[in-house]
Amino acid sequence: MTIPLEPLEDGLAVAVCGRWTAADSPHLLDCVEKIKIPPAALTLVDRIDGLDLTGAYFLRRLERRAETLGTPVQWTPTRPELLAFTDTLNLEGAAAVPGHAREPSIGAALPLDRLGRWAVHGGEAVRSVVDFLGRIYAVAGGAVRRPARFRPRSIIRQVYETGLQAFPIVALIAFLISVIVAYIGAQELRQFGAQPFVVDLVTTSVLRELGVLLTAIIVAGRSGSAFAAEIGVMKLNEEVDALRAIGLNPVELLVLPRVLGLVIALPCLTIIADAMGLAGGAVLSWLLVDIPFNQFLVRMQEAMAPTTFWAGLLKAPVFAFLIALVGTYRGLQVRDTSRELGRLTTVAVVESIFLVLLADAIFAVIYWELDF
Amino acid sequence: MINPIPAVEVRGLMNRFGQQIVHDELEMSVQHGEIFGIVGGSGSGKSVLLRTILGLQAPRAGEVLIDGDVITGLDSDALVRVKRRYGVTFQHGALFSSMTVIENVELPMLEAMALPEPIIRGLALQKLRLVGLPDDAGLKYPAQLSGGMVKRAALARALALDPSLLFLDEPTAGLDPISAGHFDELLVYLKRMLGLTVVMVTHDLDTIYRTCDRVGVIVDAHMISDTLEGIVRHPHPWIREYFHGVRSRAAQGA
Repeated sequence: MTIPLEPLEDGLAVAVCGRWTAADSPHLLDCVEKIKIPPAALTLVDRIDGLDLTGAYFLRRLERRAETLGTPVQWTPTRPELLAFTDTLNLEGAAAVPGHAREPSIGAALPLDRLGRWAVHGGEAVRSVVDFLGRIYAVAGGAVRRPARFRPRSIIRQVYETGLQAFPIVALIAFLISVIVAYIGAQELRQFGAQPFVVDLVTTSVLRELGVLLTAIIVAGRSGSAFAAEIGVMKLNEEVDALRAIGLNPVELLVLPRVLGLVIALPCLTIIADAMGLAGGAVLSWLLVDIPFNQFLVRMQEAMAPTTFWAGLLKAPVFAFLIALVGTYRGLQVRDTSRELGRLTTVAVVESIFLVLLADAIFAVIYWELDF
Repeated sequence: MINPIPAVEVRGLMNRFGQQIVHDELEMSVQHGEIFGIVGGSGSGKSVLLRTILGLQAPRAGEVLIDGDVITGLDSDALVRVKRRYGVTFQHGALFSSMTVIENVELPMLEAMALPEPIIRGLALQKLRLVGLPDDAGLKYPAQLSGGMVKRAALARALALDPSLLFLDEPTAGLDPISAGHFDELLVYLKRMLGLTVVMVTHDLDTIYRTCDRVGVIVDAHMISDTLEGIVRHPHPWIREYFHGVRSRAAQGA
């Protein structure tokens, strides 16, 4: 391999040899930084065999290094044309804007400052959520008067995608969870000789809590993320702006059908989850505690209060509303970059699961107070 | 210095989607140091041709040569080495939206060259200035740029590794005539100063007249290529319509 910078015998001239291109760059940098620059004058002998802009950058760097040392630089026979070209465009000059633009950091460490920022951002967030709710309310109010604006086709598509397509996974998970509950319950109850109460345990826990909660969490992961991602990509492609420009309301077209579709789909899924959960309990009671199926049915009906089933099902539309709201809201917040899309999709799932659990806790307190 | 081996050569290319034949025994050859324009009606397979040359899509039959090396059917490592030799811009810029403009330009450099960050930054800045972007544009995100600046930034990224060959997909589409004119001038200037070979897909007659040395027209799944003077006189009805329509006369007059 040729040496890019080779000092000649007289000690004054340096031959510039070989290829000075992007492909050879690390090597070139090394040579440019290490070559000993004679104090009187630096004569560069052009023996270059292939020069591109990256090479020119390193040659300019060499020239500048000599200039800062006060050593004049000359070329024989002539200076490469490309170097003159980079000079005329000022390609190698110092950056007019050094480094990254940052927010003024003065006082950013002060707790008071942070509290203030947090309060302002929090206030803005609350305002925009209330604004979003208001828009949905306004659109829904308008649609009540003209039912065609509910977009029945879109709603049906949403019910299909969020409900029917989630059917297998919801059924499977409900079955398995109830098997686990029954299994652990039977083990614990055996100590008291109260194994038949497994039926009560399964019935109450599945119908009141597990069925609807598991379904909501699965749907938040499946559909909440899908809502955010779909609408987010539409935002990035300016499709949402296009809707607005045509005079269509994005809330009416994108948000309302998803909210209503999920409010229909989630209770249906909950009923399926309840049924599969009870089936799982029945299978395990039969295998583990020797309760045949007809006895299981009898005990189950005794264990159920008239409100047990409804206590679970009533929560489903509320959870659905929260999940759809968060998904579509976060989707509409996506702006400019693909990273935002990923971030807000994640936020949508995390927030909707959190809100579902929070709402469930509130329901528990209310049911307790009402003795429901 | 005349290099007898074409910079890009396409031999016997065949592409079809279902019943629709897009390319049938298509031949194309681009010499070193020329700007070659690919034109054709909507749906004539210009983009498919470009994607095939770039190795983004495998052809049914035929081969693509870059600097005399067959690249169809290469394994991925070898293909990466070939890809370092050319730069590409896409129709909509395809800048990475979560990075600033200068980071976009730095990305191929960071991958290909083992250099310290300040040097990479300097080289990226060099490329931005080369395409005529102001320094502060480098710190902006693609979404904050105008259409013309996006095209320039995409060109800067394509030039990041100093390729001798450039592929441009509709480089002036969507630009106002003045910006498009500046872009054409920039292209001719860079070609002259850096000895670039440029292959571009374009619909813009002004760009063709101002920049192209030769033009290849895709008609009936084949390519007819000639110098600009030659292709204008070609008897094929579509080509006549293309170069002698209302819009063309205006461009020629300019």
